[in-house]
Amino acid sequence: MGQLIAVELIYRGVFQKTLAKNITRGIVLAAHNEGKLGISFGRYGDSPERNGIPAKSFAIVANDEETLQAGMAQYEPKQVDVTVVLDDTLSKGAESWAWYGLQPVHHALKPGHTLIVISLEDAPTLLQSIHRRDEPYKLGVLKGVTSFSGMWVYKDDHTDVRVLGAIAKALPELVGLKAVEQFITDKLKNSLKVRSAQTAFERFESIEVKPGQGNPDELPQFELLKWEDMREGVSIKGQPQGGPYADPVTKQVGGFRPARNGLFKKYSTRTQRPVVNFATCTKCTLCWLNCPDASFDVTPDKTYDANLEACCGCGICEDVCPVKNCITMVNESRFHDNNSQWEAFKKDHDAYLKWLEKTIESGQPEPNRAYGFRYRGQYKEQVPEAIAIAEKG
Amino acid sequence: MATITLPVEEKREVQEQEALITGAEAIAIACKLADVDVVTAYPIRPYDTVMQYMSQLVADGEMDCEFIVAEGEHSQFEIVKHASVCGARVFCGSSGVGWMYAMEALTVTPALRVPMVAMVGNRALDDPGAFGVEHNDALAVRDLGWLLTWVDSAQEALDTALIAYRVAEDRRMFVPLALSCDGAFLTHSQALVKIPSAEQVNKFLPRYERGELLLHPDNVISVAPQANEDWVMEIRRQNYRVTERACDVIREVYADFEKRFGRKYGNPFFEEFMTQDAEVVLLGMGTMSTPVKVAVRKLREEGKKVGFVRLRWFRPFAGPEIAHCLERFQAIGVIDRDFSFGSPNLSGVVATELRSAMYTGASTRPPVLDFICGLGGREVTVPDVEAITQSVFEAAKGKAQPLTQWIGLRG
Repeated sequence: MGQLIAVELIYRGVFQKTLAKNITRGIVLAAHNEGKLGISFGRYGDSPERNGIPAKSFAIVANDEETLQAGMAQYEPKQVDVTVVLDDTLSKGAESWAWYGLQPVHHALKPGHTLIVISLEDAPTLLQSIHRRDEPYKLGVLKGVTSFSGMWVYKDDHTDVRVLGAIAKALPELVGLKAVEQFITDKLKNSLKVRSAQTAFERFESIEVKPGQGNPDELPQFELLKWEDMREGVSIKGQPQGGPYADPVTKQVGGFRPARNGLFKKYSTRTQRPVVNFATCTKCTLCWLNCPDASFDVTPDKTYDANLEACCGCGICEDVCPVKNCITMVNESRFHDNNSQWEAFKKDHDAYLKWLEKTIESGQPEPNRAYGFRYRGQYKEQVPEAIAIAEKG
Repeated sequence: MATITLPVEEKREVQEQEALITGAEAIAIACKLADVDVVTAYPIRPYDTVMQYMSQLVADGEMDCEFIVAEGEHSQFEIVKHASVCGARVFCGSSGVGWMYAMEALTVTPALRVPMVAMVGNRALDDPGAFGVEHNDALAVRDLGWLLTWVDSAQEALDTALIAYRVAEDRRMFVPLALSCDGAFLTHSQALVKIPSAEQVNKFLPRYERGELLLHPDNVISVAPQANEDWVMEIRRQNYRVTERACDVIREVYADFEKRFGRKYGNPFFEEFMTQDAEVVLLGMGTMSTPVKVAVRKLREEGKKVGFVRLRWFRPFAGPEIAHCLERFQAIGVIDRDFSFGSPNLSGVVATELRSAMYTGASTRPPVLDFICGLGGREVTVPDVEAITQSVFEAAKGKAQPLTQWIGLRG
């Protein structure tokens, strides 16, 4: 059997659907320029995609038909030679809506192979979010703003070809830069894109990640039940009601925290999170009422604390909050844990409010990073900006 | 219209009443005796007769249930599905294309383990629009986990309706059950039927207890979520387990029925008629049994050793038992009141299933001929059956016969 190479792309469902498809198609077509054969496909379990919910797309490339068939004879590659993460907020893990559990982004990456993340952050910062593992691997950051090029709008900021350039560097046995250039010239017919791919190739670097290095959080473990142990009637036991809980300082018990599914976390869908100013909260209940995922805990103070294990980051709470800057959505890449904001506030009011101010400020360079776009033409405006960043490297 | 209204005191004394009623009325009375909680209705002939009679029982204050007239068959079956998950004993039904219109709701009930009892007043599928009997409507659910039974008299309709609740609501089962009644011949003709007392029925039919599968505020569960490929096969296997158990449960229930009501059905899965010394045998389902039995008697008088096997249960298909019963005959003629266009040998559904059962279950290989007959409510006549028997005897003698023949067809 010849050489079989698999590439996995992790992306935001719907918002990056077209981008992901273009990249995996580009890999196959570029490798074909070197005489290789391949297929490109999205994970069927992710379809129909849901807004922002992590999804996967794959490319499988081989030197000959028989080897390719061996790669096609499975639902999705169990081991991949390179993994690309198209949005750095996915570093915290990927949980498909069809639910295969919350998986680390290097879930399928072969030991010693490269994980590529598109981010403005550096590798050590990303490693605060990327879970540790027992085998070593390489982590390379492709500098850039997350590109949301999905079903409705395609923001052509060269992310597609920059990823191809980086892959040519990280895994030359898959495809060389020349074949990538030829693909761009023949199929995309854009010389500026050829340059973007070359620049990405030249500047792409990766660091060695040692076993055990990274986010120490343990991901929830589970076992798929045998048919005889499963409940009958396609039914699932409901969650208990939940109940009051204790103030970490005064130990006073009150409020209400709904019980939640311990295995289905949902937070990997989030690209932004609400940060709450408990000092200005008027306890109006609107965030709690309008949250589509019941992700607010009612604190013993009767304020509302976004539970960050359950929050999808939709931003509705920010929209409905009548108090200026009481709830602010901030880019998720600024955060590396899901700890309770209210507990931090209770432990030290002043420190929390200082942190809040700083967080909102530092999180604001891309205030419109949220899903979709807020006015017509916004993406068009952002393209030159993104290309400038790309060219700077 | 027969009435079974009796003063309460008198009811206790009287064990059994006799009434002249149709098969549909017999089922309505069985539902009253079973104290059904929720009934949904939508008119389509010939099923509508059961609905009419039941609404009269409700209006007369004889039957206490939620009688809901739905806006179509799909809703009809959805409503009882939900009611059943909430612990209600339910009854529903339809005919022909009405049954097909409910198909999405029919499809989901076995996996959700809903012990719904439905009456199918068998009717030809459109087009052409026709009211007469054909079995393809009920047979459309044969692969989905439904239990399917055919009856041939009003008495059997009443008894089988009671048996149906006991079988479907057995905790080992919890699957929907369709009680098929041939349009016109059974649904619209009246016969003398013995009606058991409510006390007898109460002893035979325990309450429907859904246990941990009950959808209730005190038992918080989520039913029918979306699932990926990690779960579907296991769920199908659970329904397969039901089919593994079905024959045993049905046998148990018939035995108890005989004990309590005194009416004997013998082998629950099929009825044998003049088979003991028969050389060849005919096989079919439903009310065709009447002309076939008449023809068999006539042929016997002429010295022709033919018998008849009437299949009662199509799902479960008691394959080994049926094969064992039939392997002793020299040839078998199946009369299919249905079609399965494009099937192996272009035969009907029953013949195709029977050949499959014989292939694995029988020690001999008698020829199994198929006769498509009586479609769209056309009469299965005594001369038809004579012609069929003639061909089966030819096959028994080793003379090649077509595997599928259309009988009673013009031209």
